[in-house]
Amino acid sequence: MPTAPSAVPRGVIRRGLWVLWQAVKEEPRIFAVSAVGSALFALTTIGQAYVFGAITARVLVPSIERGDVSAAALAVSFLAVMVVAALKVVGIVARRLGAGIMQYRLQAAYRRRVTRRYLELPLAWHQDHSTGELLSNANSDVEATWYPIAPFPFAVGVILMLVTVLGLLFVTDPVLALVGSVIFPAIAALTVLYSRRMSPLMTRAQQLRGEVSGIAHESFDGALVVKTLGREDDETARFAVKSRELRDVMTAVGRVRGTFDPLMEALPVVGVLAVLLAGTSRVGSGDISPGQLVTIAYLFTLLAFPVRAIGWVLNELPRSVVGWDRVQRVLRATGAQTAGSERLRHAGPASLDVAAVSFSYGDAEVLHDVSFDVRPGRTVALVGPTGAGKSTLASVLVRLLDPDTGRVAYDDVDVRALAPGAVAEVASLVPQSTFLFDDTVRGNITLGADIPDAEVWAALRVAQADGFVAALPHALDTVVGERGTTLSGGQRQRLALARAVVRRPRLLVLDDATSSVDPQVEQRILAGLRAAGAPGEPGMGGGTVVVIAYRRATIDLADEVVYVEDGRVAARGTSQELLATSPGYSDLVHAYERAEAQRAEDARAAVADELAARDLAVDDEVRA
Amino acid sequence: MTTAAPPAGAGTLDSRSRERGALATLLHGLRLTPELRAGLGVTLALALLATAGRVVVPIAVQQTIDNGLSGPEPDLGLVRLACGLALLAVVVTAWANYLTNVRLYRTAENGLSALRVRAFRRVHDLSMLHQAAERRGSLVSRVTSDVDTMSTFMQWGGLLILVSAAQLTLATVLMLFWSWQLTLVVYLCFLPLVVAVRSFQQRLQAAYGIVRTRVGEMLGAVAESVVGAPVIRAYGVQARTAERIDSAVDATRTAQIAAQRIAALTFSAGELTAALATGAVIVVGVLLGVAGDITTGRLVGFLFLVTLFVQPVQIATEVLNEAQNAVAGLRRVLGVLDTPSDVADPGEAGAVLPPGPVGVRFERVGFAYPGGPEVLHGVDLEIAPRTRVAVVGETGSGKTTFAKLLTRLMDPTRGRVLLSGVPLDELRFSSLRSRVVMVPQDGFLFDDTVAANVRVGRPRATDDDVERAFDELGLADWVEQLPDGVRTPVGERGEALSVGERQLVAIARAYVADPDLLVLDEATSAVDPATEVRLQRALDSLTRGRTTLAIAHRLSTAEAADEVLVVDAGVVVQRGSHAELVAADGVYARLHASWVAQSR
Repeated sequence: MPTAPSAVPRGVIRRGLWVLWQAVKEEPRIFAVSAVGSALFALTTIGQAYVFGAITARVLVPSIERGDVSAAALAVSFLAVMVVAALKVVGIVARRLGAGIMQYRLQAAYRRRVTRRYLELPLAWHQDHSTGELLSNANSDVEATWYPIAPFPFAVGVILMLVTVLGLLFVTDPVLALVGSVIFPAIAALTVLYSRRMSPLMTRAQQLRGEVSGIAHESFDGALVVKTLGREDDETARFAVKSRELRDVMTAVGRVRGTFDPLMEALPVVGVLAVLLAGTSRVGSGDISPGQLVTIAYLFTLLAFPVRAIGWVLNELPRSVVGWDRVQRVLRATGAQTAGSERLRHAGPASLDVAAVSFSYGDAEVLHDVSFDVRPGRTVALVGPTGAGKSTLASVLVRLLDPDTGRVAYDDVDVRALAPGAVAEVASLVPQSTFLFDDTVRGNITLGADIPDAEVWAALRVAQADGFVAALPHALDTVVGERGTTLSGGQRQRLALARAVVRRPRLLVLDDATSSVDPQVEQRILAGLRAAGAPGEPGMGGGTVVVIAYRRATIDLADEVVYVEDGRVAARGTSQELLATSPGYSDLVHAYERAEAQRAEDARAAVADELAARDLAVDDEVRA
Repeated sequence: MTTAAPPAGAGTLDSRSRERGALATLLHGLRLTPELRAGLGVTLALALLATAGRVVVPIAVQQTIDNGLSGPEPDLGLVRLACGLALLAVVVTAWANYLTNVRLYRTAENGLSALRVRAFRRVHDLSMLHQAAERRGSLVSRVTSDVDTMSTFMQWGGLLILVSAAQLTLATVLMLFWSWQLTLVVYLCFLPLVVAVRSFQQRLQAAYGIVRTRVGEMLGAVAESVVGAPVIRAYGVQARTAERIDSAVDATRTAQIAAQRIAALTFSAGELTAALATGAVIVVGVLLGVAGDITTGRLVGFLFLVTLFVQPVQIATEVLNEAQNAVAGLRRVLGVLDTPSDVADPGEAGAVLPPGPVGVRFERVGFAYPGGPEVLHGVDLEIAPRTRVAVVGETGSGKTTFAKLLTRLMDPTRGRVLLSGVPLDELRFSSLRSRVVMVPQDGFLFDDTVAANVRVGRPRATDDDVERAFDELGLADWVEQLPDGVRTPVGERGEALSVGERQLVAIARAYVADPDLLVLDEATSAVDPATEVRLQRALDSLTRGRTTLAIAHRLSTAEAADEVLVVDAGVVVQRGSHAELVAADGVYARLHASWVAQSR
């Protein structure tokens, strides 16, 4: 993580204002409403002081001096106060509501844009960015970008107010105007100074909040590991370090705020005192009336608070710029997979052709020149040791990832030439780790497609999931996923399998998709997949299947085996052929049998040793 | 297999704290966080002093009008004196203000940091069932955004409430001193607002409650598009996902704007009330002045005081909302702290495992997930030290439950578990966790290097030790082909490695921890058979002298074990060596037949 700059570079304020300008351009109407509201607020605030002054001069002072007052004068005074206040309220509502609507609309618009981009960008891009980062781009970064919108119209109104007030002061009395032109710029300067000191701290605090949250996320994700290895103390210590860093930054924020807040509060008071002091002699010399003096003193009191709105905007600008940049990084990210326009017209199983495919994660090439083909309706098993690149290959087969070189083709059409969505129409992948949406069982299987329940149940039957789904509280309507009913790993895998089967894919890719399922259940699933799908009974009979597997029974399902080692196709042929020709393959497939043989051998040896030892002992006895 | 059933009754971390009112929650928070109480008295006294500065202006105005400007010639000397004294007061109060601020912020941040760390620790101390019942995001927010809400509130609202209360009091005193009649007028004007604010607050709170729910749902929808990226692409359901996100985003916006509307109206009510009070004071004040009951200066000063009176009320409408958020946050954090750990560490008072290999005894152990049926029924068994035991059984037979009870991730609902003769719930965790290690199926890795992840098992292990461990486990080849050897980063949750590779690291991690009882829960389910067999042999030779218990649906594990326990429908139905059980007619023979059919 980069450390926060010690001072805000000058450009940040300018760039921040530019970002605000983008907001105005996107929501001009609502901004106009809130800016007009703010102007109304500003003018009525000044108006209040003048009404107040006029009442003092024309009603209050003379009446008390005379010892007599007319009801009409009192009524007019009261009404004047109320009317100005009512106008002010209209201004406030327009300003606040307008600013709020603008802020929330922009947030919503940018959240849509960012998430739309997430859906468009290829999986490779997702693999380069952590979940936490992407979530914060869509949430807190968008929020930070538009945060200054809330006080922005207010600040615009305040600037208008300041200009008006200074003008009025000059008209009223040059000496008092001088006081005003010292105090208000001083408040403004203080505000700017304040935000200069504050914003790097705020940026740093934001960053630390992210880090604190990152540790919490990871630590709670790994709660079981933490628990089983008794690492609670170490994890707490790791968390405490960041928490204390955040505390220190927030204390520093407090110190800056603690220094500036009293100053900001004291300045207008000093202003009022200066006005009283200077004003008294001006009243004496007859340049102004006592009413005007009260007006100006009251004005200073009213202005003290709104002037800070400028500071609120300035304070938020650096965070806003950082947020904007991070959001733009997503919106401008390139590397979206380009789709072609072709569609496969055939029905029935697809052919798969993998030609000279290489793929790298960063600098590390994990697939080297992989070639093989699967004829329609055949089943091929991808077999290979842990870490050989099988899962990566599976992702390339269904175009989750595009190879660096080489090509993947269905029915002799390069998958990159297929129209958007056409790949998914042909091929279904069941990944190794299952993902369930926060949705019903039905929703997780149909994924919104219009599929009758009968077919959903048929798919569940093939996946051996009909039993447990029927037993769920609301069967197909049971909500699963993080907030729903907890399912076991094997149950989740079976739902994922049903999701693929129900689509009757012309090419099915299974990435160790039954690893959490019991052997017997797996056997029944495999039998179901083999069975020819009778009408209304989706089976995979006849479909092209690529299956990544370790189990012999699964491999035996395949017409052919592609043995992958270190990202290369090391051997290819029927299982029988490979057993004879590929030592690596035979090693893998016969591992259990050899282990058993070895154990038997060990046991025999142990027995022999035992016997030998006993013989020796007997010999010894005999000898004795 | 992972957790079978949702622990229905274990879910609510908030059940206790929800009943508390705002004040009670606050006091409870203070009681649990001594750091927040440090020097609070002095800070409050300083805050009171800081408020005194606020009544300076009305007094100065009153003095100027009544005494400075009352004569034919302005009394400049008097005005100068009044202003000079006022200036002094302003400086003193500004300084007091500064001290109050700094003290308050320091104490608050210190306390909140301590609270945050305590809550974090508590989450880890909660039993596995409690942890599993909460959404991960909800647990995280209790130590992040909930605490941040309190921090934000303390940074600007905390002092404001304090000062505002003092300002209200001080303004009232001065108002009473100048005119009790006008004071009464002001209070009468504000009375309806005070009543209205309560109802506004309730509506506002409800509106923000909806906002929070909508934001949560939106984040969930966004998270799906990120976490489920492969499935969304593989099934071409981008459009549907986008729709789901859009409706969540729009619902959030609608809720936010609705809340904003209420907030704007609340603020307006304050503004109108202020005008009403000002107008009323002018009318009544002039009448009083005409009757000779109040001087001009006092009346004008009084009008300045009304603004002082309005401010706190205005601020209250703003701050109370933040305050409610903060209290809600506090309530959620306290919810964690108040939840007793149902699987508690006896701590120092607890026993320590006697040295040497560990034996296991189950005495009539039964277990049911909260609100669920019993999944393990009266299990009685003994495992001798240094035995290698395999537990097999169909999905849902209760074999994972068995492992979780053995490692005290959960406590049995009936009966008890003993390790080397010591009841498990009397063992202190430091002893238990260092001697008994379980490798779960999901090989969770931290976002760090391979070596760092292995070191989680033994913090003092060097990179060489880690390499040696892999070597001893027969995994040197695998390490070699990693781009950076043991220093290769594994990515977030270990996702730069394949599922099987993560399991290899998890086993190495448990291996360097050097436990006396090793529990493997499907720890090699995603590893290829050749590697698995190699690992198995390595573990066998390395774990001689310690007790191991392996849960597996690959029966290769069972074949290698000294003894096999067959669990069926929550009962141990068979026990014996692999050879004996294959020969016997029973569950195991059936499992084995299908295993052989599949793997040979």
